[in-house]
Amino acid sequence: MMSDLTKLTLAGARDALKAKEITSNELTGAYVKAMEGARGLNAYITETGDKAMEMAKASDAKLAKGEGGALEGLPLGIKDLFATKGTLTTAGSHILDGFVPPYESTVTANLWRDGAVMLGKLNNDEFAMGSSNETSYYGPVINPWRRKDSDAKLVPGGSSGGSSAAVAARLCLAATATDTGGSIRQPAAYTGTVGIKPTYGRCSRWGIIAYASSLDQAGPITRDVRDAAIMLGSMAGYDEKDSTSVDRPVPNYEAALGQSIKGLRVGIPKEYRVDGMPAEIDALWTRGIEWLKAAGAEIVDVSLPNTKYALPTYYIVAPAECSSNLARYDGVRYGLRVEGKDITDLYEKTRAAGFGPEVRRRIMIGTYVLSAGYYDAYYLKAQQVRTLIARDFANAYAKCDVLLTPTAPSAAFGIGEKTSDPLAMYLNDVFTVTVNLAGLPGISVPAGLSSDGLPLGLQLIGKTFDEETLLRAAYALEQAAEFKAEPKTWWTA
Amino acid sequence: MSVVYSMQHRDPRDEDLIKGATGDWEIILGLEVHAQITSQAKLFSGSSTAFGAEPNTQVSLVDAALPGMLPVINRYCVEQAVKTGLGLRAQINLKSTFDRKNYFYPDLPQGYQISQFKHPIVGEGTVIIDLAGGRSVAVGIERLHMEQDAGKSVHDLSPGYSHVDLNRSGVALMEIVSKPDMRSSDEARAYVTKLRTILRYLGTCDGNMEEGSLRADVNVSVRRPGEPLGTRCEIKNVNSIRFIGQAIEYEARRQIEILEEGGSIRQETRLFDPKAGETRSMRSKEEAHDYRYFPDPDLLPLVLQQADVDRIAANLPELPDDKKARLMSDYGLSAYDATVLVGEAATADYYEAVMKSGSKKRDGKIAVNWVTGDLFGALNREGHTIEASPVTPKQLGELVDLITDGTISGRIAKDIFDSMYKTGRDPLEIVEKDGLRQVTDTGAIEAAVDAIMAANPDKVAQAKEKPALAGWFVGQVMKSTSGKANPQVVNEILARKLGISSDN
Amino acid sequence: MWVTQTVLKNQNKGTLMSVDQDTVRRIARLARIAVRDDELPALAGELNSILHFVEQLNEVDTKGVEPMTSAVDVTMKMRDDVVTSGNLQKEVTANAPKSEDGFYVVPRVVE
Repeated sequence: MMSDLTKLTLAGARDALKAKEITSNELTGAYVKAMEGARGLNAYITETGDKAMEMAKASDAKLAKGEGGALEGLPLGIKDLFATKGTLTTAGSHILDGFVPPYESTVTANLWRDGAVMLGKLNNDEFAMGSSNETSYYGPVINPWRRKDSDAKLVPGGSSGGSSAAVAARLCLAATATDTGGSIRQPAAYTGTVGIKPTYGRCSRWGIIAYASSLDQAGPITRDVRDAAIMLGSMAGYDEKDSTSVDRPVPNYEAALGQSIKGLRVGIPKEYRVDGMPAEIDALWTRGIEWLKAAGAEIVDVSLPNTKYALPTYYIVAPAECSSNLARYDGVRYGLRVEGKDITDLYEKTRAAGFGPEVRRRIMIGTYVLSAGYYDAYYLKAQQVRTLIARDFANAYAKCDVLLTPTAPSAAFGIGEKTSDPLAMYLNDVFTVTVNLAGLPGISVPAGLSSDGLPLGLQLIGKTFDEETLLRAAYALEQAAEFKAEPKTWWTA
Repeated sequence: MSVVYSMQHRDPRDEDLIKGATGDWEIILGLEVHAQITSQAKLFSGSSTAFGAEPNTQVSLVDAALPGMLPVINRYCVEQAVKTGLGLRAQINLKSTFDRKNYFYPDLPQGYQISQFKHPIVGEGTVIIDLAGGRSVAVGIERLHMEQDAGKSVHDLSPGYSHVDLNRSGVALMEIVSKPDMRSSDEARAYVTKLRTILRYLGTCDGNMEEGSLRADVNVSVRRPGEPLGTRCEIKNVNSIRFIGQAIEYEARRQIEILEEGGSIRQETRLFDPKAGETRSMRSKEEAHDYRYFPDPDLLPLVLQQADVDRIAANLPELPDDKKARLMSDYGLSAYDATVLVGEAATADYYEAVMKSGSKKRDGKIAVNWVTGDLFGALNREGHTIEASPVTPKQLGELVDLITDGTISGRIAKDIFDSMYKTGRDPLEIVEKDGLRQVTDTGAIEAAVDAIMAANPDKVAQAKEKPALAGWFVGQVMKSTSGKANPQVVNEILARKLGISSDN
Repeated sequence: MWVTQTVLKNQNKGTLMSVDQDTVRRIARLARIAVRDDELPALAGELNSILHFVEQLNEVDTKGVEPMTSAVDVTMKMRDDVVTSGNLQKEVTANAPKSEDGFYVVPRVVE
């Protein structure tokens, strides 16, 4: 038996299990122990160690017979936005107090179908609204990374902060996550992990608690690009229960890795090179360009002229959809209820007590922009600008195959640093949100450290349903970047 | 719904005007009919639509709006809406979209209703309504759109609480919006009647108003003839055709009274109370509505192929108006008789089966009188539907033949019909067994006449003075022949023997 | 950077649409979220700064541009008219804060 099983990547653990060098019982046991020893990070809302050990046992039985799926016996963490049958599912919100779904989300069902083991439910910003995991009712998640010579607690990014922190701190082999404006890629960048948001419609949204339906998309956060390809292969697929899911076969993503990127045209959108961007982010981006060029890619300058309107567009579309999506949390059929003198009073008290300030703020904004007399000026306008943003990408893709940009405008910041200014917080998503608005796939790959010793990520953006090219390029970038840094394990009890 | 209506111009008919204290008033009516689409499963979920199940047993995870649940549209419901649009001779929109109508209510689990606000599946069409005296009026259809029904709340199970049942939640509805083209409660009732007939012909809604499969919101306003439209009130959820008439009559008079006293009408939603026979303001719903409609991001635009629409059109059943025209031309029926027959497809089918059974060509008028007269009477009396009639169309056709060829008299035919209805026997069998053949043998009738004349010399003398008294002799002859004597032959012989004209 | 600058510019400018406390109260009511009077000023400030931020879109010329209706360019699939779900009374009411005889129970709703 190996000394520290949690050092293995998903692919490494998979191969070791198949080769019968280790058992899922050992592997899962190591993760349960790691998870229980890292409660200080607050990455998990619900730990399901016992269930994990049972699943591991079943997997071992299959593996012993040479059977089992693509993820057989591999312990994963699940963002608490995915409904898990029989296991508390909270979306990080007080309003879902005690909610135990009688159903399993399609994406997690796909993972269990392929033999994966569930370690527990990962913390996230309340209803995925946040960029730092500080809006969770269950408290902030702490980034396993710290600045050089500092004990200051940093955010792991958001909204999938539990997922990014757990993968970075080796509290699971890989994690599911969701991305509405950058919620997979930005936390991946903040934690030195890989996060891919596939094309809208690639993964079923059925059973994932909705934030903004036209933007939400599931994807994995993993240790490396290969693990991301493996996870995505299991998570993706057409689902007849989701009208926006797209019926096309899931390619073998792992097979795309390692293929040459010679001749691949990599677009550099000039609008992302903005005044005031930290020099080290700019330098990282330049290095990324050089790496890809050295690997044989052709670098092309492209223009995405409406980039600066992406964030304002997002902050109309997403709140509008969320104001409607979250109307079902009314204290009648599930979750928190605060009694009132009549039904309206019950609604108002329940929703005031059940939703945190950021969720309330977005519901109010969304309610306002959809209200009579304002729809055309805000919502309709935003959807028109969205068309222009998507058109920008279509024009750019006439000249290139993928785009390379920074993932986030900074490294991880301190807990509490930006909570007082919602707009400053929103700016974290400035480079990622365009991708959601256009429905495109995007991936963040760790590419270096900041002067403070914190991980920084580069983002590759692909064409619709061309995750293979995206992963091929990401793998090449990963090879060139040789990012090997790890956070010091200061959190173990 | 609030849509901008275009309205056809009609000169007011004097008999439709309401005479107020200060002059005449014209009623302007537009209806929004909610019709439950006939389907097995709900519009966006796989739950059953069956009526009357235990609470919340026909509620899927989607209908209960559990977190992360998503709608998937039922193809058959879409086809039913298209079919209905075609039946209303309306424009079918190949691209339509679904919007969310946002409001909070315990019977609305998602906090929004999925409806079609901006781009409905069906656009403008027409319904021809049939009125007394054979008058017809074309009522414009503004639009038809699909939407979800809400659940229902029960308020009397325990004090202080309402109990919510979501079985109906998510059932597919069509909202059919008319133009404000009706001018009297008769027209509004005729409109709903005709719409229900069309829906039943198409099989797209069972039209059962008691179970709530069909209900109407009635928009009522009044004005002085020739003046611009007045402010309207909407009477919500009226669930019988009779109540629609009553609600309109009450509401129009209420509005006229206010206006004549110098007041003004407040645009509002009202409720009809059938017990009190009056409409009442729904103040609880008066809180400013702001539904914040926006396209449902869980659904994509609904795109139809013209070929699909054409296929549905090709399989459309014959519609009431077409059937009526055909019955009039094929069987020589009056507009009135044809209208009565096509009110229910089963009635028209029965009538046509009568006309087509056997090899003899039958008189359409005699047949329609039997169907709408004696048969309807018996069915009503016995509480049978026409489908369950003990007298088959073939048997009724044979009865008509026996009358036409003089085998039986019309009077005897009624007895035979009653016997057929009771026993299900064929008319000829009854005639033979009971010896009911009409006597046309002049010798036998003459003998009967002679016998009666001989027994009543005083009556003979009177009748010769006053020919009208000959009727007494007819009655006596019929009595002595058990009604079997051919009345025409009796008349002729009597006239000859009494020396009077047989014309009277 | 440009984003920050635009935000600052807009915050100082004051725009056409400004949310006052009455509007916040009305919006909160529409959204069924209880708001105390003492929360109104801060909320109005936050909403205004976000609205001012998003009003940058006013400078985009969108004449004749179709609004995006879906992020994927496919035709919506439809399902067959088959009953696939039923008798989940227990499942759909199991999480209800208050239920009775298979019903969800709420304070009496008067019509």
